[in-house]
Amino acid sequence: MKTVPADPKGVDSGPHFMDGDHAIAEGALAAGCRFFAGYPITPSTEAAERFAERAPEVGALFIQMEDELASIAALIGGAWGGQKCMTVTCGPGFSLMTENLGLACMTETPMVIANVQRGGPSTGLPTLTAQQDMMQARYGPHGDNMIIALCPDSPQECFDLTIEAFNLSEFYRVPVIILTDETVGHMHEKVVIPPADQIKVVPRNNYSGPKEDCRPYKFDSQGGHPMVRAGDGYSFHVTGLTHNERGYPVMTADQNKIVVTHLMEKINGNADKIIRLDEDQIDGADVVVVSYGITSRIAVKAIQDARKEGIKVGSLRMITIWPFCEKRIREISAKVKAIVVPEINYGQMVLEVERNAGGRCKVISVNHCGGAVHDPQVILDAIRKAIQ
Amino acid sequence: MSTELGKFKEGSPMSSMLRMERMPHIWCPGCGIGSEVNSFAEAVKRSGIDPKKLVVVSGIGCTGRVAGYVNFDSIHTTHGRAIPVATGVKLANPELTVVVFSGEGDLSGIGGNHLIHAARRNMDLVVICNNNFTYGMTGGQVTPTTPSSAMASTTPYGNYEYPFSLPFLMDAAGATYIARWTSMHSRNVTQSIEEALLRKGFSFIEVISPCTTLYLRRNRLGDGVDMLQHYQENSILKHGCDTRETAIDYQGKIVIGKFVDKNKPTYLEASDKCSIKLVGDDYQLYGKTIPEREAEEKAEKERIAARRAAMAAVEAQGEAAPAKPRKASVPKAAVKKAPAKAAAAPKAAKKTAAKAKPVKKAVAKVPAKKAVAKATAKKAAPKATVKAKVVANAAKTKFQGKVMPAKQALAGTKKAAPKATAKAKAVSKKTRK
Repeated sequence: MKTVPADPKGVDSGPHFMDGDHAIAEGALAAGCRFFAGYPITPSTEAAERFAERAPEVGALFIQMEDELASIAALIGGAWGGQKCMTVTCGPGFSLMTENLGLACMTETPMVIANVQRGGPSTGLPTLTAQQDMMQARYGPHGDNMIIALCPDSPQECFDLTIEAFNLSEFYRVPVIILTDETVGHMHEKVVIPPADQIKVVPRNNYSGPKEDCRPYKFDSQGGHPMVRAGDGYSFHVTGLTHNERGYPVMTADQNKIVVTHLMEKINGNADKIIRLDEDQIDGADVVVVSYGITSRIAVKAIQDARKEGIKVGSLRMITIWPFCEKRIREISAKVKAIVVPEINYGQMVLEVERNAGGRCKVISVNHCGGAVHDPQVILDAIRKAIQ
Repeated sequence: MSTELGKFKEGSPMSSMLRMERMPHIWCPGCGIGSEVNSFAEAVKRSGIDPKKLVVVSGIGCTGRVAGYVNFDSIHTTHGRAIPVATGVKLANPELTVVVFSGEGDLSGIGGNHLIHAARRNMDLVVICNNNFTYGMTGGQVTPTTPSSAMASTTPYGNYEYPFSLPFLMDAAGATYIARWTSMHSRNVTQSIEEALLRKGFSFIEVISPCTTLYLRRNRLGDGVDMLQHYQENSILKHGCDTRETAIDYQGKIVIGKFVDKNKPTYLEASDKCSIKLVGDDYQLYGKTIPEREAEEKAEKERIAARRAAMAAVEAQGEAAPAKPRKASVPKAAVKKAPAKAAAAPKAAKKTAAKAKPVKKAVAKVPAKKAVAKATAKKAAPKATVKAKVVANAAKTKFQGKVMPAKQALAGTKKAAPKATAKAKAVSKKTRK
């Protein structure tokens, strides 16, 4: 990925005391996002508010659309209009967005969506935390498609990962979802925004060659293919129908195979380059706690307590949720007695862990319904149970 | 086949505006969308705007396919979401002219919320709404504008809902330009689109159009030509009409004209005004200050004016030498004669001749006499002839097991044009949503 230093205009360098939502908005501005179409929904609204407040001074545009359907649709238009775009939402809004998330995947439109998760289903728990949209982020839209999802565990990481999300989104031309949660979104912590020249951003890559060679798509299962910008004179066509590289509809089984294979493989095939994990003392461990987001910070206490008891516990924190770290889980499962998976849902990512562990070790789900984080004692109990 | 046809049509005056390599299009014979696209292409040409800076966004449905056939930057979106996508394009690059071309089911049904909010914001978009009272691509279901009592596949015993009058809806929502025509008034459609392309703010142009394969056939209303005649006889031109009076009853009168044309700051102008108060004269959007953007806009306006002047000069030259261009073949004197010609052509069919009579009346009402008369002269003659043949051929035809008189049979039979029917069937199979 070719990167350039960030535009200083969007970078509010220095130490800040801010919540995760505000950090997402700041990360977006630092990454060069200049168009934000949002719709208010607790607990993500603060990010939209921050962007709306900062937009005039940065030279960006904020619009509050009529609903989430329109917000994400406007991002598709905005991206083909030449801007880096983002929106924020949570479960109920994300459900509405899945429609055009599918269109964005199909048309390979770069955009960043932050889902500050709250308890569900339906209206659920508007002001309380959860990690219940993990599978929806991956499988929400109908049809086969693949996205990238990142999971920050602190306001600082909200800032950092938003920049990373934009970079991945621009390179792979895919919607990237920041799957944070209410706790991180509303948690105030120190956030250090580095100077602009230390922030690396992937700039929008717009096609500039001859018109006859212009192809909005290239089905080679790779990233790095340029966008075509409206107004540049290429008369591009973009459709949600199964299409050829020129963008024209070709509705055949053969073409669907070509398109879907590309959409899946450009992410899955490059999973090693995309996936970021935070590992601690996995070598020689008997038990590994696989966690993500706010739950990983709760798990730290349980892991420390277990180690005091003499249990060899490793930690694997998934920063990248999708694509899933299949290879690493397969490796770990061959070496440990058990994997413990705490998460604030009825057991979602544990399914992926189980699938990849393939029976080579025990997989223990420490599930927890929405509304609150785990009591570390519950995770500790699971670790103890794991080595029995 | 598509290549051959593409080559064949390369010489057509609109070929530079259309993706000829994508022809033939999917629309059925007699459908109004094709003539609307032609009007649109002509309006773009006449407007003098830079086609490179034009973006067309469509939703889903038969009209939703327009984006795929016009040779501009174009986005074919999900059902109902054309307007928010267009909003995104416009806001991401305010230099672009953004047109939404979609059907009434897409725009006022599933996308109704977006439609009213874009109008409320006075978003700088041109919305062309093909209103054929039916969901064509999915097989003729009832839409938000289907007149009460009309048949649709999902109202098999007649529509008992109250329909939207789109001009009234748009007026209430705050649209700053509202016009309605039928697909017969192609010159007026062109003129309205041209006006809308050159103005700022939310423009809504509704074009009442026949869906031959589904709406007309299910309601036994004849074919496309019958419907054009219906439009001709039942359209009432009322510029500036109170939009509360624009409701359409089943096969009733259709009020047409330009109902609203007013100035109001657009979304971006209002947003600029607010931001400049906050940030001061340094305020920039996407790196450009307001005076810079205004200067660019002014320069573009001058370029447009120059293009229009050049076109006007070419046209004036053409009129000066009457032998060459086809327009000169309908001089002012011929305008009066034209309807008579149209009426005289199909002498064999009394019915048709009788129907053609009101042409004069319709023409007299329309202020843009020349344009409409020309259109009438050209269209009425050949179509009326075809109609006459069809009437003669289909004196009695079986349709759905019932023997119907000629007039009704027309609606059901396609014997007169077997090729077209086969194509329409193949197309409808292929393209079902």
